[in-house]
Amino acid sequence: MKKKKWFAALAGLLVMAGVMAGCGSNTTGDSADGQTFLNVSYDPTRELYQDFNEAFSKKWTADTGEQVNFTQSHGGSGKQARSVREGLEADVVTLALAYDVDEIAATGLIDKDWMQKFPNNSAPYTSTIVFLVRKGNPKNIHDWDDLIRDDVQVVTPNPKTSGGARWNYLGAWAYANQKFNGDTEQIKGFIKKLFQQVVALDSGARGATTSFVQRGQGDVLIAWENEALLSVQEEPDKYEIIVPSLSILAEPSVAVVDEVVDQKGTRKVAEAYINYLYSKEGQEIAAKHFYRPRDEEIAAKYAQQFPKLKLVTIDEAFGGWQKAQKEHFADGGTFDQIYEKK
Amino acid sequence: MAASRQVIPGFHFTLGITFFYLSLILLLPLAAFLLYASGMGLTKFLEVVIDPRVFHAYEVSFGTSLAAALINGVFGLLLAWVLVRYDFPGKRVLDGLIDLPFALPTAVAGIALTTLYAENGWLGQFFYGLGIPSAFSVFGITIALIFVGIPFVARSVQPVLRDLDPSLEEAAVMFGASPWLTFRRVVFPELVSPLLTGFALAFARGIGEYGSVVFIAGNLPYETEIAPLLIMAKLEQFDYQAAAAIAIVMMAMSFAILLALNGYQRYRSKKQGV
Amino acid sequence: MQQKKGVLAWALILIAVLFLLVMLVLPLVLVASEALAKGWQVYVKAITEPFAVKALALTLEATVLAVISNTLFGLASAFLLTKFAFRGEALLGACIDLPFAISPVVAGLFFVMLFGRMSPIYPFLRAEHIAIVFAVPGIILATVFVTFPFITRELVPVMEAQGRDEEEAAATFGASGWQIFRHVTLPNIKWALLYGVILCTARAMGEFGAVSVVSGHVRGKTNTLPLHIEILYNEYNFTAAFAVASILVILAIVILILRNLVEWRAKRGLKHAD
Repeated sequence: MKKKKWFAALAGLLVMAGVMAGCGSNTTGDSADGQTFLNVSYDPTRELYQDFNEAFSKKWTADTGEQVNFTQSHGGSGKQARSVREGLEADVVTLALAYDVDEIAATGLIDKDWMQKFPNNSAPYTSTIVFLVRKGNPKNIHDWDDLIRDDVQVVTPNPKTSGGARWNYLGAWAYANQKFNGDTEQIKGFIKKLFQQVVALDSGARGATTSFVQRGQGDVLIAWENEALLSVQEEPDKYEIIVPSLSILAEPSVAVVDEVVDQKGTRKVAEAYINYLYSKEGQEIAAKHFYRPRDEEIAAKYAQQFPKLKLVTIDEAFGGWQKAQKEHFADGGTFDQIYEKK
Repeated sequence: MAASRQVIPGFHFTLGITFFYLSLILLLPLAAFLLYASGMGLTKFLEVVIDPRVFHAYEVSFGTSLAAALINGVFGLLLAWVLVRYDFPGKRVLDGLIDLPFALPTAVAGIALTTLYAENGWLGQFFYGLGIPSAFSVFGITIALIFVGIPFVARSVQPVLRDLDPSLEEAAVMFGASPWLTFRRVVFPELVSPLLTGFALAFARGIGEYGSVVFIAGNLPYETEIAPLLIMAKLEQFDYQAAAAIAIVMMAMSFAILLALNGYQRYRSKKQGV
Repeated sequence: MQQKKGVLAWALILIAVLFLLVMLVLPLVLVASEALAKGWQVYVKAITEPFAVKALALTLEATVLAVISNTLFGLASAFLLTKFAFRGEALLGACIDLPFAISPVVAGLFFVMLFGRMSPIYPFLRAEHIAIVFAVPGIILATVFVTFPFITRELVPVMEAQGRDEEEAAATFGASGWQIFRHVTLPNIKWALLYGVILCTARAMGEFGAVSVVSGHVRGKTNTLPLHIEILYNEYNFTAAFAVASILVILAIVILILRNLVEWRAKRGLKHAD
């Protein structure tokens, strides 16, 4: 009988030890090597923020003498926003779209007027939506109109699961809106036809790029400009970029997570971090990673990389993200309508 | 519970551990989840779960899981049989490989399978040549689910088959029963229980599988959209409750399958015990 | 007992081998070939990168803890389910299987809702500086959750096939619960237990969906190996992604070789004893 009790105690201890071991190692890890700082971002910005963190870390130490341990987290934009909402202690968030930041703000973690806290709607760099086609443009694709041709197969991620794909969708919508003078039925018809040409709706932007690049699916990939530039840079003789006549100005948003920085006492470094994104150095790093800089001087320097095209913003064309989300991507929105069972 | 009837000691002890652990790991989190989901009310719940698109996704998920589990049932039995009863070169390697689908993260499996079965893949060329779109189709989803479920049936049947008393079989053969008859009458009845276990587990696993399927599915609404993908889509809209609603329906169905299986096993063991 | 091999036997072996080759070996070959696509140097660099090493350490930590606690639970619950008769057995059995029925992503959400910011106990955890989700404990809990049915599931069919006679006999001679377990039950189930532990280990190492929800993906801190693979893949770093994936495959193979070794030695020991 003694043995039995001993065994029970051991079993209980082991279970507890498992949980506690993790707890212990985690809480001590934080305080040991100075302050840690976490930037929660979305997928394609990893290299950007790796370079940026290095630059900013140097500057911060030079300015203040403090050592800060910068860490990054990357994933789908919506998923990352969810993690922050659910308790991931991010000092700043740098996400793909304002809607995701709004959703964090809705829980009180970030002030409601976050967009006004930094210049340019708190979007220090921008991008747009372009087409990636196979070298030589065999299907002769030049604008959104070509994407609804019967002989063209399109690859784009699913707007329901991918933040980037929502920009794609809205880009197409903005074009159709101009073409049909705002006639909703005709625009919907255009978008519906476009999505009939879609061969695979991957769950994320990277998955869609893989389907197009690795698997040879489709004739054209609707993609972020920075992603497309990256693909072309990697394999210049396989792909080329087609810039449509009109597209949408994608504004990836940044914000300080107020509740977290106030609790951790990292507000100063968080604000300096974001302000540094707007500095010449920060803008240059963004441009190097194929994001369009806001700073005019840097923009002029990289003008060749970023062709001029007509860009509409989400605010002027769709009345902001909240409205766009509700009208187009929420359940029963236009995206669901075009997939209504035939 | 009638513990006094138990002959073997340790009933309360094992019951204690089991309940403690189940509560900590399973019931408490499950309760937290259900509590959160219960905020949505019945109307919203029904609205979400009987939406035609969601319904179609259930169909895809259940159909492909069932097909994959059946195929794994047949091949799993075959694998277990071959590995236990025959000796051939490379048997050990083969035996070891069976568990690998578990070790490979589902996302890697998904990517590898998509590469294989896409139009320009090693196997895809062959299938597309025959006019079968082997990736971005229901066919592709089934392939992914077969991969994920291989270990379940084989590993359930194997230990039982190995421990089977050979004397009964030998007796049957001695009395002139054909191998097939021996298998059907003597061996197979013993294997029904593990076979069902493996089948049900593979089936249930398939229904919930996400990582390996999204890459190969193509995710087209009303065609290759699976139910777990819709959960992700709802989450992406920060609609936790709608996501929970779909999850609850799937959980309930899988749980029903497992409950039926367990009930059947209890029933059988009782019948044998008498 | 080896049967004489006829045409049927060889045909069965052939089918089994073919099935495994196409469904299982081919995807693994693909992983290997992608991993080495850019040569050994790139491969070695990818797997020795500090973040990859840290991710590996975390994966091993979570796996070991999950396997230990699940083994204890598995033994207790399987003993309970097979050696005792009580009401609610089927329900308990189905509860233990429940993690199979739950999509791993939803399982991750369970823990987020129990320990995350929307949970009623979050303010308390926060005040005490206890981080569970988006920290290592959450990853361990998620791993435990996803893998805890494996061992029970492996043990139950075998223990059931063995019945209770031996244990009951031992009990009537006055053996204690621990003695019965140690000397009667355990020798009978050690192979099934080993299988269960192997499956549990393999699955724990490869778990992606549930861990991905509770991890927060902080580099070098809460990234497990499967999550690290996803990140590499999302950076278009396919070669590195597959290289890291191959570590998991190699780890799994090492474990399987160990198992075979143990089995082989045990069998030899048995023969000597005879």
